[in-house]
Amino acid sequence: MEIVALQVLNSLFYAAVLFLIAAGLSLIFGVMGIVNMAHGSFYALGAYVTAWSVVAAAAAVPTPVLFLFLPLGAAVVALVGLVIEPTLIRPFYRRPEEYQLLVTFGLLLVLEDVIRAVWGGTPLTAGQLVDSLGLVRIGGLPYPVYNLLMIGVGAAAALGLWAFVYRTRFGVLLRATAQDRRMAAALGIDVGRIYILAFGLGCFMAGLGGAIVVPSQAAVLGMGVEVLVLAFVVVVIGGLGSLEGALVGALIVSALRTITIQFWEEIELAALYLIAAIVLLIRPTGLFGRKS
Amino acid sequence: MPILTSTYQTQLLTYGLTLAIAALGFNLLLGYTGLLSFGHSAFLGAGAYAVAFMMRYLGVSSMELFLLGGIAFSAVIAALFGVVCVRHTRIFFAILTLALSQVLWTLAYKFFWITGGTDGIRVPFANVTLLGGLVSFPGADAFAGFVTSYYYYVLVVFAACALLMWVIVHSPFGKTLQAIRDNETRARFLGVRIWRYRWLAFLVSGIFTGLAGTLWVPLNGLVTPDVLYWPQSGKIVFFAVLGGFRNFFGPIIGAVTFNYLEVYAVALTEYWQLTLGVILIVLVTFLPAGIVGTTVRLAARLKRSRGASA
Amino acid sequence: MSLLRTEGLKKYFGETRAVDGVNFSVNEGEFLSLVGTNGAGKTSLVNLISAFLIPDSGRIFIGERDITYATVDERIRAGIARSFQLVNLFDDLSVLDNVALAIFARERKTKRIFTLAERDTEVTAEALDLLGQFNLDGKAQALAGGLAQGERKLLDVAVAYALRPKLLFLDEPTSGVSTRDKAQIMDTVSSVVRGGKITAVVIEHDMDVVFKYSDRVVVMHEGRFLADGPPDEIRRSREVATYLLGTDVST
Repeated sequence: MEIVALQVLNSLFYAAVLFLIAAGLSLIFGVMGIVNMAHGSFYALGAYVTAWSVVAAAAAVPTPVLFLFLPLGAAVVALVGLVIEPTLIRPFYRRPEEYQLLVTFGLLLVLEDVIRAVWGGTPLTAGQLVDSLGLVRIGGLPYPVYNLLMIGVGAAAALGLWAFVYRTRFGVLLRATAQDRRMAAALGIDVGRIYILAFGLGCFMAGLGGAIVVPSQAAVLGMGVEVLVLAFVVVVIGGLGSLEGALVGALIVSALRTITIQFWEEIELAALYLIAAIVLLIRPTGLFGRKS
Repeated sequence: MPILTSTYQTQLLTYGLTLAIAALGFNLLLGYTGLLSFGHSAFLGAGAYAVAFMMRYLGVSSMELFLLGGIAFSAVIAALFGVVCVRHTRIFFAILTLALSQVLWTLAYKFFWITGGTDGIRVPFANVTLLGGLVSFPGADAFAGFVTSYYYYVLVVFAACALLMWVIVHSPFGKTLQAIRDNETRARFLGVRIWRYRWLAFLVSGIFTGLAGTLWVPLNGLVTPDVLYWPQSGKIVFFAVLGGFRNFFGPIIGAVTFNYLEVYAVALTEYWQLTLGVILIVLVTFLPAGIVGTTVRLAARLKRSRGASA
Repeated sequence: MSLLRTEGLKKYFGETRAVDGVNFSVNEGEFLSLVGTNGAGKTSLVNLISAFLIPDSGRIFIGERDITYATVDERIRAGIARSFQLVNLFDDLSVLDNVALAIFARERKTKRIFTLAERDTEVTAEALDLLGQFNLDGKAQALAGGLAQGERKLLDVAVAYALRPKLLFLDEPTSGVSTRDKAQIMDTVSSVVRGGKITAVVIEHDMDVVFKYSDRVVVMHEGRFLADGPPDEIRRSREVATYLLGTDVST
């Protein structure tokens, strides 16, 4: 029974990570209409930057301060996004979709290799962050406090994002631009600024996902595409462009994943996609997806 | 040609031809149907593993049977994946193709007792016979002979594939695909059932690329899950963009060019994927028509300016 | 028995009543113009009949057959075809291919994969003949995307016509073209359609065009029919004049 509770918590932890990535992807798609094929690589970048900086600063800086490197890692990724949007993405808005997909795919190839070039093939960890928070007993079994904290971070991010999109003035601008770009421009909204900020925010979330996961799970080559494939299941099930969809999708996917890993580990991804395929048959745009 | 060049060069050219077949298959979807797939490694892998499985588990050695098996296996994969992928927008299509190919990749390395896992399955050329058993390659020094014979074999298959694809894209079916690419709404208003044609295109595309995988593996001697890993899909995409995907010959030229580029560039830099990515971005930004497309345009412009000044 | 008949057709978009209880019937051989100001519901009506929209209530019949919920290809097989206001062509295919494709679709030859399209002499001949009727045969090999606007509008009609429909809907076939081209287009369209004895419903804004070419004029307003009759009658109607031309002819 206690083991089930632990599995549920693990599932929630991973759901928090998936939510961040999927919500970032959905945000970018919802506002700008593009799917960033390199989105998973931003996640990976966040993981690597965070792990590396934690390890580098570990000697000089007290451990509680090391936690600041999590949002810092995410911020670095956001910065990269802020540079990339106007240079690489913006020239492609008016062009057919294929070209947008191709250019972000090229970015994926570049980023994956850049990560390999900078950090090499050895996995990076930031395990001291997990250790520093110790364990808590859940029904007699030990469980990392870190995971509980990150579940909280995930929940806070979900709430924060919801509030941001639905309760702030900028969120209104974001939604207006998402619904009708030309109308928004006609109303005097600086669409370019909205785009770059939305992209930056989406990248921040992906980076944060990576930052959160890396103390618990090593940063390895290939993690970017691996998570992208999972993020795709989330948005396929939940619907692309929807925050609720990202949340519900992340919870479902994470739960399914935890269950299948228990019973038949090898078919984990295949099972996820089988379910995604079934969802698609019933609701082609996903549970909360919009019909284009 | 093998008479004039070394075994290595012949081998290289043969690889190039198999890649060209893969590119032909891929471009039926991109250039002619307007669907960008990031998951064609799935078919390369299906074709390749079909050979390995048939050799290891069924004791087959006939290349012709391998071809049939490769075609059958890729057709099944394409049919299944197609049902999931083609009913959606182009963006979802791209996402789903990438994802499903990676599902296959995880299956390939996880079910290691069937697939040999990361070590893969060996496909020694000594066990391969061509032309229904007429030609075989026993003996320790048979490799050079194999390479030569295999080159001609692949050349014939390539020519047949190119001819077949030419007919397909110029057939009523091919024109219908192009119509769907150009204007889905109008095609629907001619009574064309869009997703059915996309599915058929996906099937044909998968079969051609699967055939490429089948031809590739005896030359490589080994199949591992790497053939299913996403950078393989990326390479195929790259062939088409490099050569120009709005042109029949573009992907062929792109594949063969890439084949040689890769060999010589990998020697120069460790970060070949990075280079590829940068070149892809540059191509898409400045030269979207690719090598062949741009050449055709330049030639047309030259003809016009010469005509004007004459 | 009318060729097409709608009963109480309704389509609302939230508060907006795009089509508000329309009983429409078209008789065989008519050349009918559907007019009204923007937002009157003309395009929505055509969209409902051609399966672009599903009605909220009401029925549509072709002859005796209820096609209210029929799919696009079922309606095409029942004999409906349409052209589009914003030209919908296969821009990267040749003019000939555009029309030939419609013929292939009609003849159910689109799954033929192992024969060359141009080898089908029947289809090619018919396509060229049709292009000739529309005065486009000179441009047969040109890419559809490269044609002038007037030619594109004609090609759009030709492609729909190539389906050999019983009932052809033309959505503003002369919009966006110069006045001189308008007459040319309507002359061509009218002579081809009447020559082929096809029933046509034309959405049109230009009242000169409407009065010159139609057998019957139907005026729509706020989703309903305001008037329905021969051009002379409509032209003389005070109500219509006020509504359409904005002039008060009551004095």
